[in-house]
Amino acid sequence: MAEETAAPEDFRFDSESEVRIGKILAKYPEGRQASAALPLLDLAQRQIARTGGAGWLPRAAMDAVAERLGMPPMRVYEVASFYTMLNKKPVGKYHLQVCTTTPCWLRGSDEIAEAIRRKTGLKGWGETTPDGMFTLDHVECLGACVNAPVLAINDDYFEDLDAEATEKLLEALKRGEVPPHGSVKGRNAEPVAPTSQKAE
Amino acid sequence: MAKVTVDGITVEVPDGSNVLQAAEAAGIEIPRFCYHERLSVAGNCRMCLVEIEKAPPKPFSSCSYPVADGMVVHTDTPMVRAARRGVMEFLLINHPLDCPICDQGGECDLQDQAMGYGGDASRFHEAKRARSDIDFGPLVRGVMTRCIQCTRCVRFAAEIAGVPEMGAYGRGEDTKIGTYVQKALTSELSGNLIDICPVGALTSRPYAFVARSWELNKTDSVDVLDAVGAAIRVDSRGPEVLRVLPRVNEDVNEEWLADKSRFSVDGLKRRRLDSCWVRREGRLEKATWPEAFEAIAAKLSGLAGERIGAVAGNLADAESMYALKALLASLGSANLDCRQDWAGGDVSRRDYYTFNTSIAGIEEADALLIVGANPRHEAPLINARIRKRWLRGGFPVAVVGAARDLTYPAETIGDGPEALRALLGGEGFAATLKAAKKPMIIVGQSALARTDGAAILAACWNLAAETGMLTPEWHGFNVLQTAAARVGALDLGFLPGPGGKGMAEMLGGGVDVMWLLGADEFNTAMIGASTFVVYQGSHGDRGAARADVILPGAAYTEKNGTYVNTEGRVQRGQLAVYPPGEAREDWKVLRAFSAYLEKPLPFDTLEALRGKMEAEYPTFARRDILPRFGCPDATAPAAAVEMGVRPFGEWFATYYQTDPISRASPTMAECVTAHAPVAAQAAE
Repeated sequence: MAEETAAPEDFRFDSESEVRIGKILAKYPEGRQASAALPLLDLAQRQIARTGGAGWLPRAAMDAVAERLGMPPMRVYEVASFYTMLNKKPVGKYHLQVCTTTPCWLRGSDEIAEAIRRKTGLKGWGETTPDGMFTLDHVECLGACVNAPVLAINDDYFEDLDAEATEKLLEALKRGEVPPHGSVKGRNAEPVAPTSQKAE
Repeated sequence: MAKVTVDGITVEVPDGSNVLQAAEAAGIEIPRFCYHERLSVAGNCRMCLVEIEKAPPKPFSSCSYPVADGMVVHTDTPMVRAARRGVMEFLLINHPLDCPICDQGGECDLQDQAMGYGGDASRFHEAKRARSDIDFGPLVRGVMTRCIQCTRCVRFAAEIAGVPEMGAYGRGEDTKIGTYVQKALTSELSGNLIDICPVGALTSRPYAFVARSWELNKTDSVDVLDAVGAAIRVDSRGPEVLRVLPRVNEDVNEEWLADKSRFSVDGLKRRRLDSCWVRREGRLEKATWPEAFEAIAAKLSGLAGERIGAVAGNLADAESMYALKALLASLGSANLDCRQDWAGGDVSRRDYYTFNTSIAGIEEADALLIVGANPRHEAPLINARIRKRWLRGGFPVAVVGAARDLTYPAETIGDGPEALRALLGGEGFAATLKAAKKPMIIVGQSALARTDGAAILAACWNLAAETGMLTPEWHGFNVLQTAAARVGALDLGFLPGPGGKGMAEMLGGGVDVMWLLGADEFNTAMIGASTFVVYQGSHGDRGAARADVILPGAAYTEKNGTYVNTEGRVQRGQLAVYPPGEAREDWKVLRAFSAYLEKPLPFDTLEALRGKMEAEYPTFARRDILPRFGCPDATAPAAAVEMGVRPFGEWFATYYQTDPISRASPTMAECVTAHAPVAAQAAE
């Protein structure tokens, strides 16, 4: 059973989403509308984030997607529950997703997680701060290993982090600032130091 | 066709077959969990690994690998054995190995195959994953820790049952099988999940902790709780029937069984009539057989034959109906009827009252009209066959009657005789039927069991004739019977004879003695107050409550009996346990009573009775096999009435309680409660 804390009873796509739905459905051939399950679930989650703050998928939203696509609701639950990017319970305003896959872990993802815990008081994965600001989660490879370690906050990547940079980032978020995403060291995909395989 | 060599045995299999099927053709058994020949291929358990020559040097899952001509397959090489052992080890990592307390123990695929491929000790020292149990309703018990995620149940629910309520959600190690939202499965076929589950994750709730498979006596028989005549196996221990399972009969039930047929067995132990009862001064009192016979004989003495009548119930076997008919004939009575529901219609020809296309024949049809029937409730297995045909595509279905979810899309084109008139005028769906090569019509009891039933039967027949359903090669006209005894009774002519009274005339004092052979499906208050009622049957139901003398009979698991299903297929049920207490097989009761009257019926054994019955009614001589036939003579059934306008209603108030056995079953009562809200919603 999915946890459903204060789940809304009803979900309806708003006019802004409807415009997007038209464009999404147009991508798939007639009779293959079920292919749009994933983009529509994402859209529903974003609509909830846009209108209510915490981007997540209550069952009502999954049912709405099923109804729209003419799928049995169970098939939509299967898709939604498979993808970790679709949140089955409410998350904070900032969803902190620490990459803990090997390259990030080697480059210090434990430190990042520790810094977040220190700064927010969160303990386990999946927890949300009482003020609803932060949810801490770990995720598998975000595909940005070159600038490891990486922290994804909602849709933005923050790269080349260390404990200090992470704390600064969280402070900025708490102040309501919008810190620039990307590498905190200003790097693009380039080596940390002039390399020579034999050096060091 | 492709030539495939499996372990040195060369077989030819159709193109598009998979390697597993080729191996089966060669007689080689491949272990499997997720593969099931009647479900789509998932290929996720990995147990069926084999080695294929000239293919990449790795094991292939044989269920999902198509054959190619000249393929050489090995199923017993060191690589295959090592691979299967590896798969088994992974499957067992999270399996609780609680076989001693698992109901599947002794008949478990995982247990059996672990004997072949399991290690003797576990190398897994970490904590096992556990799952909370799932409530699937009153019939199926979900112990999900035992689940190996083969997804057979998910595919069964979506494909065969047509209720896509189960799924695999979550991912990786956290994958769970379930309904996601807590609810009872809304299928009449849910019991089959228990059979297809290869482990003990889905087991029977009523049968939980009742018995071990090796303690049971297994008796092959035939189901009587609907008119489909599914092949069943009755499992009993001592005097008790503990469970009923389906047997394979490709022509009838394939390998499925409807829930009522499977789970009503606890009704066989309750409300049973286990001794004779005689009403004395308004109260039923226990009696001996001679006392009961004496009470009836006293009432019969000096009574004219025309004042005696008999009604055959819905679960009666052909032998007892034959004996009862003979008994009444010896008393000079032709007052017989088997149509407690007053179903009208001409029954002078067999194809006016049977399912002529045959159940397997549904798969050949290419358009279907359902009139006044809800096959989902009246014959769930026939409904499953219709759905199977529909899944293949190109099968338009229309319904005249109430709109309902049949598990396949069906266009509702009217709710009563008006729609039939329109169709006869060539409107709408009639064109679809005409365009089809093998169209078929199914006429249900809610269209026939009414005062204008005969006219509706004739109208449906005429529609069939007009739309090309009746040709010498194809018989597309079908009556869906709901009572297991009905076709047999009609074949035996258990109907008013010359000058005899039917159901309607016998009620309200039309006869002085009325013999009810398990007849419970009519309003017994309509029997005349002065009529002396003899109830011969197995359960203390409506008929017994009205009776003046009760003769305890045998239920279908307690007698050798012949039943004719809605197709007209003659099948035999077998005695699995003896009737309780003083109860006796029904034909024996009738034979004994005839002897008491000193007018002994001319048979002393069941074989002698059957010999006479088959000589008189040759349809009973051809058992089990039912040749397909066309309709060389399209003469319509006679109808003396006109079609009315009243819409067709629902035949059964609830699927789960339709006869004395299912009404006595606590499990069925639980199902009624569990599904009541759903039914209430549907009624709105």
